[in-house]
Amino acid sequence: MARRAHIILSGTTAQVQKVKAAFLESLDEFGLTDEVDVLEAAEMTVSPRGVEAVVYPDVVHYVQLTPQDAPTIVEEHLYKGRPVGELIYEEQIVEPLEAPSTKEVRVVLRNVGKINPERIDDYIAEDGYAALGKVLTEMSPEDVIAEIKRSGLRGRGGAGFPTWLKWTFARQSSADEKYVICNGDEGDPGAFMNRRVLEGDPHAVIEGMAIAAYAIGASQGYFYVRAEYPIAIRMLRIALAQARDYGLLGESIFGTDFGFDLEVRMGAGAFVCGEETALMQSIEGKRGQPRTRPPYPATSGLWDKPTNINNVETYANVPQILLKGGEWFASMGTEKSKGTKTFAIAGKVARTGLIEVPLGITVREIVYDVGGGVLNDKAFKAVQTGGPMGGCIPEQYLDMSVDYETLAEVGSIMGSGGFVVMDEETCMVDIARFFIDFAQEESCGKCVPCRVGTRKMLETLNRICGGEGKPGDIETLETLGQYVTLGSLCGLGQGAPNPVLSTIEHFREEYEAHIYDKRCPAKVCRALIKYEIDPVTCIGCTRCARNCPVSCITGAPREVHVIDQDICIRCGICAQVCPVDAVSVE
Amino acid sequence: MKSLEELRKIKERALERRKLSGEGARARIVVAMGTCGIAAGARDTMSAILGELEKQDIANVIVTQTGCIGLCEYEPIVQIQVGDSETVTYGNISTDRVPTLIETHIVDGEPVEAWKVRK
Repeated sequence: MARRAHIILSGTTAQVQKVKAAFLESLDEFGLTDEVDVLEAAEMTVSPRGVEAVVYPDVVHYVQLTPQDAPTIVEEHLYKGRPVGELIYEEQIVEPLEAPSTKEVRVVLRNVGKINPERIDDYIAEDGYAALGKVLTEMSPEDVIAEIKRSGLRGRGGAGFPTWLKWTFARQSSADEKYVICNGDEGDPGAFMNRRVLEGDPHAVIEGMAIAAYAIGASQGYFYVRAEYPIAIRMLRIALAQARDYGLLGESIFGTDFGFDLEVRMGAGAFVCGEETALMQSIEGKRGQPRTRPPYPATSGLWDKPTNINNVETYANVPQILLKGGEWFASMGTEKSKGTKTFAIAGKVARTGLIEVPLGITVREIVYDVGGGVLNDKAFKAVQTGGPMGGCIPEQYLDMSVDYETLAEVGSIMGSGGFVVMDEETCMVDIARFFIDFAQEESCGKCVPCRVGTRKMLETLNRICGGEGKPGDIETLETLGQYVTLGSLCGLGQGAPNPVLSTIEHFREEYEAHIYDKRCPAKVCRALIKYEIDPVTCIGCTRCARNCPVSCITGAPREVHVIDQDICIRCGICAQVCPVDAVSVE
Repeated sequence: MKSLEELRKIKERALERRKLSGEGARARIVVAMGTCGIAAGARDTMSAILGELEKQDIANVIVTQTGCIGLCEYEPIVQIQVGDSETVTYGNISTDRVPTLIETHIVDGEPVEAWKVRK
């Protein structure tokens, strides 16, 4: 039988078979099986253009095909006669992958992605352990602390406490035994800066800890790393064994009388164990709960001995500072926030990933220059910094400097470096609800305001998002938020209301729309939206009905389709699959 | 480790070995194997590379690993250096791209422009 069209496929056999099967299925669906033939090209080569197809007689060349593309090509090109522009091959259609960005400055991450973390020689080739050698043979502990003071380094775990001061307190405490701890319990959702350092350059952290131990007079250290980071833990153990083998850990390092060794302890997944006092309880084998401070760890920490505890990133900065000098480090950043900071950029941004930039860079530079702008050219709405205890920064602050002080001024925090970009389609009430849900689950329960208060705040937000908000809810959230902040011992409780309070401050009108107008402006909260099919635009292609998970869409082929609002679960799939954009959300 | 001198010697040895000629190799392939890379299939890519080199009987190529280079979006990421030429970074190197990559860049010495991550 004569055919009116032919599709010829080429590519690797396995991929071609999948795409071919998808074509045959779609052709059958549209009743075109007898009209269109699908053939495989004789020569199956691997092409950088993936699976390719040429449709004859019009000789349209498609590239990078997946089985999901087959229905589109069948429906648009073969059924309606309109070639699918975005899949057609032109020389320039293969877009180059672009690397960000000249604005990055790498201090902490200088070796990550460059050296093999399983080989200590690779690290030594990059001047590894030269700082430790210099410190032990040429500098007194006081010299070390003075150099760190000159650098202006502040704690990278969130609070930004001056590192030199912390070390000084620990140095001044006298005891028969002191400890250094590395906090690698990186628990913020979407943050993985520390994981990358531990996996990619574990020796930098080990060297930083050895220097800290020398400065405060400790001989034993602990890595506290969450069990969810198995590769980081493996790399650390390999690195520790190699460092011991070279005599860079152990007794009389570099021929001096300084001895130091390290152990790895795994966290069992409680977010609160990233808090320093809870973390030490956990190392001691007790239940991870924060305690009152003072006494601070520098006077009475692990096993009641003076203890210095810093974050992974803080330690990773230390060897570089001692090699290149505090002044070099202080030349980067702002007046009070020196050096660089790593951030995990996530959310609605074109290029997600990990970056290291000098402090004092603007939010705009991070989002647009390093992150490549908002995904799909949508409008920028806010950025959430500092993880679940941080706050949302709205558009009017796009040009503000990213440093400890400025972030605090606008109601957010530096935190460990989470950086979640939100666009116009993000509901701020829903975001606040997400973070308070996280805090509520992770609250250890010791302080009543945190345990009960976050629960109450979550219930209120659930009601607002569920369309049952009532006048006074915003004020209740504000009051509760203050109580929780004031009445909690540790950063978790003190910071938990932050996402709620900062979104109320900057996006109060969105809360009001939910409560008074029963409307979700970003069209996210399911109880407040409704999907409808425009009878004029609908072409009756049946695609929405076929994809609806609860089968609430009715309509015969080529006739207008209707959504049954009582059954609809507002999943939005119909809007995603509609080829003519007939589904609207209100 | 008894002295700075000893550390310096290790450093020199490591730098020497890092040069391709130091290990008598003509090319180096580095696969990014952080958690992000592994989640995107870097282990499969790594074994595909090793398999392809063996299949084509290509010796004197160093295959090694590194951590996350920060472009998690483009994982699995593979870096290739042939001879003294500049290192080329490739993104989205799934296993089906490996044979072409080896054939074109390692055998013919021509970088695959379409898969490059541009700086």
